[in-house]
Amino acid sequence: MATPLVVETPVIRRQTQAGDIVARWVVTVFAASILFVTALLVYQLWTGSAPSRLKSGFGFLTSTQWNPVTEEFGALPFIYGTVLTSVLALLISVPLGLGAAIYLAELAPARLSDALTFLVELLAAIPSVIYGVLAIFAVVPLMRSHVEPFLKSSLGFLPLFKGPSLGVGFLTAGVVLSIMTVPYIVSVSRESLLAVPREQREAALALGATRWEMVWQVVVPYAKLGIFGSIFLSLARALGETMAVTMVIGNDPKIRASLLAPGYSIAAVIANEFSEATGATYQAALVELGLILFVLTIIINAVARLMIAATTRKGSKRS
Amino acid sequence: MSNLLIWRKGVNSVMLTVTGVFTVITVAALFLILGYLVYYGGSSLDWNFFTKLPLSAGETGGGLANAILGSLEIVAVAALIGLPIGFLAGVYLSEFPDKVFAPAVRYVADLLNGIPSIVVGLLAWGLLVVPMRQFSGLAGSIALSAMLIPIVTRQTEQFLREVPNSLREGALALGACKWKMVATVVVPAGSKGILTGMILGVARISGESAPLLFTAFNNQFWNGSIMQPTASLPVMIYFRALSPYDDWHRQAWAAGLVLIGMVLTANILARLVIARGISVPRG
Amino acid sequence: MSTVPDYAPESKTAQDRKGAPLPTPTPAPGPKLRATNVNFFYGTFQALYDISLDMQEHLVTALIGPSGCGKSTFLRNLNRINDTVRNSRMEGKILLDNEDVREVDVTNLRRRVGMVFQRPNPFPKSIFENIAYGLKINGMAKRSEMRDKVERSLRRAALWDEVKDKLHESAYALSGGQQQRLCIARALAVNPEVLLLDEPCSALDPVSTAKIEELMLQLRSSCTVAIVTHNMQQAARVSDVTAFLLEGKLIECRPTAQLFTNPADPRTEAYITGRFG
Repeated sequence: MATPLVVETPVIRRQTQAGDIVARWVVTVFAASILFVTALLVYQLWTGSAPSRLKSGFGFLTSTQWNPVTEEFGALPFIYGTVLTSVLALLISVPLGLGAAIYLAELAPARLSDALTFLVELLAAIPSVIYGVLAIFAVVPLMRSHVEPFLKSSLGFLPLFKGPSLGVGFLTAGVVLSIMTVPYIVSVSRESLLAVPREQREAALALGATRWEMVWQVVVPYAKLGIFGSIFLSLARALGETMAVTMVIGNDPKIRASLLAPGYSIAAVIANEFSEATGATYQAALVELGLILFVLTIIINAVARLMIAATTRKGSKRS
Repeated sequence: MSNLLIWRKGVNSVMLTVTGVFTVITVAALFLILGYLVYYGGSSLDWNFFTKLPLSAGETGGGLANAILGSLEIVAVAALIGLPIGFLAGVYLSEFPDKVFAPAVRYVADLLNGIPSIVVGLLAWGLLVVPMRQFSGLAGSIALSAMLIPIVTRQTEQFLREVPNSLREGALALGACKWKMVATVVVPAGSKGILTGMILGVARISGESAPLLFTAFNNQFWNGSIMQPTASLPVMIYFRALSPYDDWHRQAWAAGLVLIGMVLTANILARLVIARGISVPRG
Repeated sequence: MSTVPDYAPESKTAQDRKGAPLPTPTPAPGPKLRATNVNFFYGTFQALYDISLDMQEHLVTALIGPSGCGKSTFLRNLNRINDTVRNSRMEGKILLDNEDVREVDVTNLRRRVGMVFQRPNPFPKSIFENIAYGLKINGMAKRSEMRDKVERSLRRAALWDEVKDKLHESAYALSGGQQQRLCIARALAVNPEVLLLDEPCSALDPVSTAKIEELMLQLRSSCTVAIVTHNMQQAARVSDVTAFLLEGKLIECRPTAQLFTNPADPRTEAYITGRFG
C-alpha cells in the first residue's frame, strides 16, 4: 500500500495550515464514523441478544428445539441449514466458477474475456429477491417434477435423497445460492489466474506440458491463495444470503439428513419471524442468531481478504 | 504418438472444452433470468402498475405506485446520508491517511461490506424502530446507508489512488495548500471513477429487501412521511411472490422487471459509459 | 543475407581454454535445426525478416545483437513457445531433424527442445518436485527411478552438492544463480535434444554466470545448444558459432572466432568494436 507521496511546500502560510488541519479533521471524523457504525452494530447485537444469552447460555448453540410458543429457542437447526445450503452451493459453484475463470483467463481472447466477465459480474448485481422470484416460479417446479424424482430413482438408496419431492428444501436453496455466488468465484479467481507470471506458464509448456497440464498443475496452484480467497468470499455471501433462501428453503426448523427435505437458515428465520416476534426472549433469540451469523461471516471474510491480499502481494513480487 | 501422449491430449481437449461449457452455463444463467423476467414481467406490466395503489388481497388490478415512490424515497435518503460520509472517508483513506488509524478504517470498511444485509437491518431496527416504537422509512434508509458507506469509501479511495502523484506535486508546487489541492485537482481527476462507484453502490442498495423487512416494513397506501412504515419495490416483490394469488404473482414479475431494469441500467451505464477506459474494481 | 558457415570445429574452443578433452562430436548427416526464410509478426509488427540459419548437432550457437533485434523472438520460435503470444504469426520453415516443427506434435517438440528463460522461473514447489515435474508429465520415470533421475539432472547442472540436503525445501529458498541452474536441471531432466537458453545469465552475478557458462560447454556432449546473449564476451567464451542479428535480419553467421576477429559485414564490425571498445 503506497501512501501517496506528497511534497510539503517549505513555506506554509499560517491560514492555509489552519485550513489543512480543519480538512484533515473533517475527513478523519467521517472515516471514524465507519468504525462507529460497526461498533454500534456489535453493541446492538450484543445487548439485543442479552436476554436470550443469559437465559440459554451456550445451550443455545446446541439445542435443536425452536418453539416460540413454549419459549424454547435453539440455534442448531438454523446453523445446520445455513451451513448445509452454503456447502451445497459451493459444491456446484466452485467447479463451475473455477472452470469459467480458467476459460476466461487462459483460453478466451482478451476482448471476449472482458465482455463475458462483465456479463458474469452482472449476475452479482441482480437483487436477491429477484433470484427468489425466479426460484419459486421456475426452479422449484423443475426440482419437484424432474430433478428430485430423478435423484430419488437413481440415488435413492442414499439417505441424502429420501422423502417426498417438495421442490423446496436444502437442495433447491443450494442450487439457487450456487448461481448467486458463482460471479464472485469467477471474477476473483480470474484475476488471480491473470496475475500468474507469464514465465510460469512458459516454463511448464517448455517442458512439454499440454495446455491443460500447464493450467491445472502450474497456473492454478500458483494462484491457489486467490482462488481459495474467492471461495471464502462466496461462502460468506452464501451464509448471509437472505431473500432467495427464505423463499425456497421450506422454513421448517428441523435437522434432516435428506437434501430434499425442507429446512431453515439463520437469515431466513430472522427475515420471516423478526417483525412478528413477540416477547423479549423470542426477539433476543433472533438477534442472537444475527450475532452468530455476524461472527461467522466476519471470520470467513477476514480469512478471504487475507488470502486475496497475499496473492496480489506475492504476484507483484515474483512477476 | 505414444499411448500416454494420446491420453494426455485427450484429457487436454476434454478439460478445455469443459471450461468453455462452464462459461456458457454461467453466462446462460444471466440470459435465462432476464428472459424469464421479460417474458412474465413484460406481459404483466401496464400503466396502472406505475400509477395505481395496490388493491386488497384477491382483487384483480391495481398497481405498485406507492412502492415505486417509497423505494425512491428510501434510497434517496440513504444516498443523502451514505454518499457524503463514504466519499469523505474515502478521501481520508487516500489523501490524509494515518499510519494506524487508516488501515483500521480500511479493514473495518471491508468487514462491514461483507456483513449480511439482514444483520445490518438489525442495527437500524435497534437504533430507530425500538425507540420510536414504529417501523419507518427512515430506519430503512439508515440500514441501507450503513451498507452504502463502506462501498463508496473503498471505491473513492481506489480511484483517488489512481490519480498520479505528479498532479498532486504540480498543484503543491504552484502554492496550493493541501486541501485545495485535493479539492481542485485530485478529486476532479478521480471524479469519473468515484461517480461510477457511487452509482454502483446506490444500484446495489436499491435492490435490497432483507434490511427493509423489519425497518421500513411495508404499506398498502401512499407513504405519509418517512417516519411511517414505507412500501418499497423489493419488499413488495417478496410479499407478492409468496402470496397465493395469481394476480399478485403477476405483479411480482412486473415489479421484478422494473427493479432489474433500473439496477442493470445503472450498472451498464456506470461501467460501460461513464467508466469507459478505466477499470472498475468490485465492491 | 544468409551465410552458410563453415562448421569445422574451431581450435579455439573449450578444449584450449579449459584444458579438458573436447568430447568428439559425432558427425551429423544434416543440421539438427534448420530455419529457412523465417518471418515473424507480432500483430502487424514484423519482428523477423527472412532468417535462414542452421544449427549443427553438438555445437553451441550464440545469437547476438542489440536489444530488440529479434534474437529472443527467433529462439522462441524454435520450440514454438511463441505460439502462445496472441496475434503472432510465423512464416517460413523450421526443421528439427528434417521434420517441420509445425507438423510434429507441439508437446513432444517442446519435450525434445528444452528452454531456459531470462529470469529464473522455478515453480513454487520443492526443489525435487521442480525437477520431477517434467519427468512425471512425460511419463519418463517410474516412481522408483524418480530419485535417481532427479539426482542425475541436478548433477548435470552442477547443483547437486549444494542442494542434496534440502531437496524438499522450496525452490524459492535458493539464490538467483542456483534457481537458474535448477531451471537448467529441470530442462535437462526430460533429456532434450536441443537446449535453448534465452539470456540465461542476464539476471545473475558473475560467479553464477561463470558456473553456467562452464555448464554450457559440458552440455555440448549431449545436446545441441542455442544461447541468446547480449554479452559478446560470453558469446565468445561459450559458443562455436555466432549469429549476429540486427533489426530482425540475420547479418552474418560464422564460427565464433572468425566472426569476432574478422567480421565480414561492416555492421557486425561496428557492433562488436563498439562494444569491445
